[in-house]
Amino acid sequence: MSTATSRRTTVPAPASAERRGSRRAPAHVRRRARTAGAFLAPFLLLFCAMYVAPICWTVYQSLFRMHRDGLGLSAPTQVFAGLSNYSAALADPAFRGSLLRVLLIGVVQVPVMLALALGLALLLDARSTLFKRFFRLAFFLPYALPGVVGAIMWSYLVAPGLSPITAAAHHLGLHLDLTSNSMLAPTIGNMLTWGWTGYNMLIIYSALQAVPPELSEAATMDGCSAFGIAWRIKIPLVRPALVLTTVFSIIGTAQLYNEPAILHNVAPNLSSTYTPIYAAYDAVDANNFNAAATESVILALLAFVLSFGFLRLVQRRGAAL
Amino acid sequence: MNTLRIPARWVTLGVLVIACVYFLVPVWWLLVSSTKTNSDLFSGNGFWFGHFSLVANLRQVFTQQGGIYSQWLANSALYAVGGAAVSTLISSLGGYALAKYPFRGRELTFNVVLAAVLVPQPLLAIPLYLMFSKVHLVNTYWAVLLPSMVSPFGVYLARIYAAASVPDELLEAGRIDGAGEVRIFGTIALKVMAPALVTIFLFQFVSIWTNYLLPVLMLADDHLQPVTVGIVGWQSQRGIGPSAVPFNIVVTAAMVSAIPLVVLFLSLQRFWRTGLTAGSVK
Repeated sequence: MSTATSRRTTVPAPASAERRGSRRAPAHVRRRARTAGAFLAPFLLLFCAMYVAPICWTVYQSLFRMHRDGLGLSAPTQVFAGLSNYSAALADPAFRGSLLRVLLIGVVQVPVMLALALGLALLLDARSTLFKRFFRLAFFLPYALPGVVGAIMWSYLVAPGLSPITAAAHHLGLHLDLTSNSMLAPTIGNMLTWGWTGYNMLIIYSALQAVPPELSEAATMDGCSAFGIAWRIKIPLVRPALVLTTVFSIIGTAQLYNEPAILHNVAPNLSSTYTPIYAAYDAVDANNFNAAATESVILALLAFVLSFGFLRLVQRRGAAL
Repeated sequence: MNTLRIPARWVTLGVLVIACVYFLVPVWWLLVSSTKTNSDLFSGNGFWFGHFSLVANLRQVFTQQGGIYSQWLANSALYAVGGAAVSTLISSLGGYALAKYPFRGRELTFNVVLAAVLVPQPLLAIPLYLMFSKVHLVNTYWAVLLPSMVSPFGVYLARIYAAASVPDELLEAGRIDGAGEVRIFGTIALKVMAPALVTIFLFQFVSIWTNYLLPVLMLADDHLQPVTVGIVGWQSQRGIGPSAVPFNIVVTAAMVSAIPLVVLFLSLQRFWRTGLTAGSVK
């Protein structure tokens, strides 16, 4: 193709028109590109309106603040604020506390949940395990319930006066209040673990199913124990699934809202700035849209940095191995 | 060897049974509690039946507050079916175009879609609320329907499925027969992509039905709210005061609102697997 065109360039006028035609895609290719554009248009249009525009709008809003004159008589005007919203948000102890809380819940809950999911997936994958289908369904059931229903259920399961768990502990002579300040984080961690372990387990389990059985059989012949097979063969082979579930879990923890908001209805001691999203919603309620936007951007950046940082970390370790 | 294997199998079973208890007992509590009177809920064994009043509870769920619960269910159905149907059509068109038509910027478009799968939805809800209030869309059905129509995950799934399962030869044959591109998509591609379409519809349906953040921000009018927002509203009354919704009615309402999803989950298990594994082949 390239030799053909270069030869033609030596020929004058009429060929130059032809050359232009040949450099432009042939008619049917152009027609197909147009068709592709038309097919993609509805999605791209809505995508720009519902994804791109809100993201740009948030960043824009985070750089402005409402200015009210001293007497508050005229309507407030929007003035450019630079990064002052950011420094204000980061200096706000309530917002800082919410970030730290979510970070802590994430650091403890995500590894516990994923270890549980991996362990259950490995047990379900073992050849001699009984009632696999039943267990798989049972573990996945919490994910099939709407998150709000699960959260309402757990809120009653831990509410003082209503909780059968507290009642059972009381029978054993223990005083247990799962909605006390110190128990709030473990209670929320438990709600998340209960709701999402089955989902993660199924992703890991599907990856395990793709591991060729010959590998395990060969290892068994060589005298490798079931534990050894899991540790040395299966886990390394399902690494992509583990990375994926970790990234999803980091992002999921960053947007924690439903569980604390619903728990708040039985535990009034849970503050309305418990998580960053909760704090941002609180700012919307107070009509402080610029603060809400700023807090959203900080949270998004944090989630982005953490999940991509994690990806880079495992990629580097993967390359070193 | 044999003597070792038998106990190992029982240990495995024991661990799985314990995990099973952890995952199922709360659901059992929900089922049992929805059959109790409000006073029984606060006394006696939480995990066993008291006075059986499921029918009375159900009647109260559907008559409480002027029978608004059925309106909530209808709203949820409207949002979930409408949003999922439109997003399935749009996603399959987009995914098919990304898989089967070469054009400049194709990879870039696909990568943007992939990145969007990872954007946390709640972060979009606040700016969408602010934007929608400027154009007076807040507190209308569109406030929930419009954002529900976009599914980057759906486009991603449609693309990988179309690339893997719609043969180019079939499309060429259609073109030689003189069929237009729209007709080829409608009669050939959609048929081959049917399993992926069911998966996209299912995931979008579930994510709309279970969504709480977006509708709670957008909809102040409780006649427009979906069932998730409605029952949390009841729960937030904390059973305090003479007109408050009692706890057993909140529990029963929560239980009923989960039934459509559990039915979908049990009847369409194959498609759940497709969607979940699609995530891990990336």
